[in-house]
Amino acid sequence: MSSWALSLFQRELRLAVRVGGGALVGVLFFLAVVTVIPFGVGPDLNLLARIGPAILWIGALLATLLGLDRLFQADRDDGSLDLILMAGRPLELVVLIKCLAHWMATGLPLVAAAPVLAIFLNLEPTAIGAVTLTLAAGTPALTLIGAIGASLTVTLRRGGLLLAVLVIPLTIPVLIFGVSAADAAVNDPVPFMTPFLILCSLSLISLVVGPFASAAALRFSSD
Amino acid sequence: MGILDFANPTRFMKLTQLVLPWLVGLCAIAFAVGLYMSFFVAPEDYQQGDTVRIMYIHVPAAWLAMMCYSIMAISSLGTLVWKHPLADVSAKCAAPIGAAFTFISLVTGSLWGKPMWGTYWVWDARLTSVLVLFIMYLGLMALWRTMEDPIKAGKAAAILTLVGALNLPIIKFSVDWWNTLHQPASVMRMDGPTIHPDILLPLAVMAVAFTLLFFVIHLMAMRNEILRRRVRTLRLRAASAARPAGGSATLQPAE
Repeated sequence: MSSWALSLFQRELRLAVRVGGGALVGVLFFLAVVTVIPFGVGPDLNLLARIGPAILWIGALLATLLGLDRLFQADRDDGSLDLILMAGRPLELVVLIKCLAHWMATGLPLVAAAPVLAIFLNLEPTAIGAVTLTLAAGTPALTLIGAIGASLTVTLRRGGLLLAVLVIPLTIPVLIFGVSAADAAVNDPVPFMTPFLILCSLSLISLVVGPFASAAALRFSSD
Repeated sequence: MGILDFANPTRFMKLTQLVLPWLVGLCAIAFAVGLYMSFFVAPEDYQQGDTVRIMYIHVPAAWLAMMCYSIMAISSLGTLVWKHPLADVSAKCAAPIGAAFTFISLVTGSLWGKPMWGTYWVWDARLTSVLVLFIMYLGLMALWRTMEDPIKAGKAAAILTLVGALNLPIIKFSVDWWNTLHQPASVMRMDGPTIHPDILLPLAVMAVAFTLLFFVIHLMAMRNEILRRRVRTLRLRAASAARPAGGSATLQPAE
């Protein structure tokens, strides 16, 4: 990795971790969502174990969506986004690096917190492992797809709600295959690898589409 | 030459002014024939009775819901690749029409589903993907409305439309997967038997009528949008002309 990319990555990571404790707030939100579900559906442990993977996935999706507006908004507010745009570096790569750092700061803590929260939901050890694995494979896709929405709404004052509306339909496939793979690991006749590999392929597709679309949107928003 | 000549909005306005009355007439005739055939000529279904007639509205609306998105995707390509001056007007005007057709197909579908399936809504793969399409239409419209500058809004919406066009097949595929995983085919499907010509003919006429309706509304909306943008430009010009030459007078005293 060339030096500018490395320093950009370090800057992003440092900002994401230090300013306002972004990573921790995401995990707290995740915890809050998981805590609130039993109040809605009741404390039946069998039911919770059955829908547990889905709850964890939806919680991770919501936590990712909430953190997305920090991806470009802060840089636009203090003007560094314009500097990045004018720096003459390939913008697709810049977006990719920013997404990677953002995922390390917000997505990875969610993945790390998932096993702990899974215990609240009475998941079996296999299910805990499966959910954590699928989250690790799938949350990068959520961040990369979300980057498109974040760059489209970067010029708007309060774009957070619109961002969620724009991004959620695009994340439905990730959610479906993430939950299917986690379910398949425990009880279904469907093999675990089929949905899991499709989930990985979705992540790879968004690794290509996300940075290109997001970079195009950032270019158009600036001129 | 050819199609590029219509890129000029003035020429487009002139052309549509000539074409539109004919299109409106054709559309009215097609609807008159189609509605007459579907309500009076077409036979009742031996199982579904009169409710089968909902299909003559439902199926064309669902076709157009998808066609409208394809037209938006092509227009978005025109916006981003060729910077065609009419492309983003076309995309912007197609979105509410597409949303309306999607809504019609959802509503008629659930009205048909109540007597047939016993419920207004099932999480069937096809219904779910149409619902997702509806949300995407509404999101695009919201994006259009939140951005003030029509050119910037057009480019942002074009990117989202193209990403959505890439994503729609994936969504369709994954919803199919999800559906077969969760509920095995318990839902009665329309596409089982081949369609009898007595039903097919009214359906085809209605499809033509709906397509004509789409083009009429789309062209009218595009004309309105072009006029709206001209008014906007004129107002902006008038506002900047009204400003005193000094330039410092733009600072208003704070209220």
